[in-house]
Amino acid sequence: MLDRRRLLLGGAALALSGCKVFDSATEPDSRLRALFAGHESLTRSAQRAVMGDRLAPEFSEADIRQGQRPNGSTDPDSADYRRMAGSGFQDYRLTVAGLVDHPQSLSLADLTLLPSRTQITRHDCVEGWSCIAKWQGVPLGTVLDQARPKLMARYAVFHCFDAIERSLSGEVFYYESIDLIDAYHPQTILAYAMNGAALPVANGAPLRLRVERQLGYKMAKYVHTIELTDSLVDLGSGKGSYWADRGYEWYAGI
Amino acid sequence: MPQGPVVYRQKLATRLAHWLWAVSLFFLMLTGLQIFNAFPSLHIGQESGFDYDNAILAIGARETGSGLQGVTRILGTEFDTTGVLGVSGGEIRAFPAALTIPSRTSLATGRLIHFFFAWVLVGTLGVWLLASAVNGHLSQLVPTFADLKALPRDLADHARLRIHHTAGYNVLQKLAYASVLFLALPLMILTGLSMSPGFNAAAPWLLDLFQGRQTARTIHFLTMLGLLGFFVVHMAMILLAGPLNEMRSILTGWYRTDGDDHA
Repeated sequence: MLDRRRLLLGGAALALSGCKVFDSATEPDSRLRALFAGHESLTRSAQRAVMGDRLAPEFSEADIRQGQRPNGSTDPDSADYRRMAGSGFQDYRLTVAGLVDHPQSLSLADLTLLPSRTQITRHDCVEGWSCIAKWQGVPLGTVLDQARPKLMARYAVFHCFDAIERSLSGEVFYYESIDLIDAYHPQTILAYAMNGAALPVANGAPLRLRVERQLGYKMAKYVHTIELTDSLVDLGSGKGSYWADRGYEWYAGI
Repeated sequence: MPQGPVVYRQKLATRLAHWLWAVSLFFLMLTGLQIFNAFPSLHIGQESGFDYDNAILAIGARETGSGLQGVTRILGTEFDTTGVLGVSGGEIRAFPAALTIPSRTSLATGRLIHFFFAWVLVGTLGVWLLASAVNGHLSQLVPTFADLKALPRDLADHARLRIHHTAGYNVLQKLAYASVLFLALPLMILTGLSMSPGFNAAAPWLLDLFQGRQTARTIHFLTMLGLLGFFVVHMAMILLAGPLNEMRSILTGWYRTDGDDHA
């Protein structure tokens, strides 16, 4: 009788008590979290296996029904960034460094001279919303080819102008990374234009990443440096991205 | 109480799968509400309308003279849901802490646990389908022509709470279980996958099928409500049919029947 009650009412009792028993899973080092996180590599491998190098769905002009909703940082306030924005990003330089044979320093004009790709895609925020916009930019693969990654390079790390967090230990600038499979995907572009106009500051001017088969937080805004590395251990807390260091998946395909 | 012979009704694969599903669905629902809370509205179409309105449900909060008010808008009609939806425990949150895992706001943790149990659910469903195809249980869930002919009488019996205890499932049971296992759960899995930008690249036809990612998200939520409805009726029927006997059959497989002409 007791067993039956327990079974019948167990779920209801847990719900009513506010499920606080599972709150320890929010602690980064908890064993409960480690148990639940065990599926992450399975989830990534499964997604990679089913999607191969297929393209994210693209949409038509008629599907653009609103402006692109800005999220995260929308107005970086560092002096350097302010000055650049004030002069239309004329002295902006994209640095490509790290494990490359030919480090690059590219102006916005240099980037716009390279062959561009335009795509109308759906931006999915981890929160759950979606927004369709047209993005134009240079394929990341083209820029990487110019820099000639060394054989041991595995990741492209993006360093950004926006301080997403301020703490006693100083400012934390946004950082993100993708592996070279995604970096060389044809839809992975460094976008400098959106919906037919120069990329607005709120959406990451002068240059933001588009990784169309992953969630929005992977698509770093205000990118100033792309660093090729063979490991992500030394970046932030070692999970490879600002949000991954805060409990989100590094591979954000779902 | 039934007085007839005890029959072996549920095979081991079915019993194991049943409990794994029960646990998974419990976690999936409450972590799902945690995830929903990060963007507490449901939309129709590919995207969420910000400059236009394509929401069928939106949960929010607003400041009033007498404090925070929780507001739920369903198909254009507003309801004051203070204390439950929109505002609860003195804070702004769509679903209250008692209905989310974790109880405090943590989208990252909610996602982690949600996908963990999504794997458990999908894995269990796959293994159970295979096992049930082999051990013959699948055919016990599909209503036969005779079942359908008995449907009016079965409906009338249920309406009068006249419960029969038979070795096989009655037609309403078959319809209920089959619609959960072959309709609701696959729909949950497919609409869930339709929300994945990665899976969209792998299977863009799913987006066409559900008419967009945000519609898929809405169907995911509504199907959850359907499963919740099934759970409520399921519990009620167990209590009405004799909870000891029902619980024994789903734990050990053995079930006491009426032992008369219904066998």
